[in-house]
Amino acid sequence: MPCISADGKPTPTGMATLKALQDGALSPEEVAGKTGQPLFRVRSGLRELKNAGFVEQTENKYMLSKTGTAAIQ
Amino acid sequence: MTESQKEENTFPVLGQKAPDFEALTTQGTLRLSDYEGMWLILFSHPADFTPVCTTEFIAFSEIYDELKKRNVELLGLSVDSVSSHIAWIRNCEEKMGVKIPFPIIADLNKEVAKKYGMIHPEQSKTETVRCVFIIDPESKIRAMLYYPLTTGRNMQEILRIIDALQTTDKHKVATPANWKPGEPVVVPPPATIEGAEERLKEGYECKDWYLCKKKLPES
Repeated sequence: MPCISADGKPTPTGMATLKALQDGALSPEEVAGKTGQPLFRVRSGLRELKNAGFVEQTENKYMLSKTGTAAIQ
Repeated sequence: MTESQKEENTFPVLGQKAPDFEALTTQGTLRLSDYEGMWLILFSHPADFTPVCTTEFIAFSEIYDELKKRNVELLGLSVDSVSSHIAWIRNCEEKMGVKIPFPIIADLNKEVAKKYGMIHPEQSKTETVRCVFIIDPESKIRAMLYYPLTTGRNMQEILRIIDALQTTDKHKVATPANWKPGEPVVVPPPATIEGAEERLKEGYECKDWYLCKKKLPES
């Protein structure tokens, strides 16, 4: 499911993805394993969260940005 | 088909990389690359809220768990809007008791449909025909089916094709007509006269040197 709603905030799926990253950077495969979401949706969702500034990407790993960290607190 | 229609509508070829796309779906914006590392069945239907398509969507949903066991995802497509898809999915659940678990592309501008040759003007100038593209984990097109608007697809044949392709990849064999998992497979024919003479002594079940079968070990 989409990770960002029309108002620019993370959806429940987006929040679950962000929370999966709170202990450190993960690959999409690791996020899929942790959240139980299908890998294709995790890849799509991480792309959305990155475009919206909630996560940052280093090669194949994703981590919370300051905005992402604030969103789950 | 007019010249301009030919230019617009490209037809994929078996073995080639599947045409890339980014598309709005009922589960967010998806790209073909989101499916790398898994098998994908990309299929089109003519229109939401139509009888044959509804039976097909129910049937695709019924084989979804079997497909997941085989590392296969489903992705539907029609030229309807996301709102129409959502209304139809909800209708299938409310009236037919079937939850549609896979995303559906809303290809309003026919961008994906044209890349995959899904519009056949002799059938319909505006709707997609019933296509199935089986795409492997390296994003190569491994099988294609094109059905007319009036004929619903056979899910057991789609599962059979997946099983056959995965068996071929794993064991480097071919599968004969009407093959089903567990039945003997075809050993690739020898390419030399020497190989042909040897083949009949190799312990396979042979009709002749070029048609030999073997049982695969239980997996």
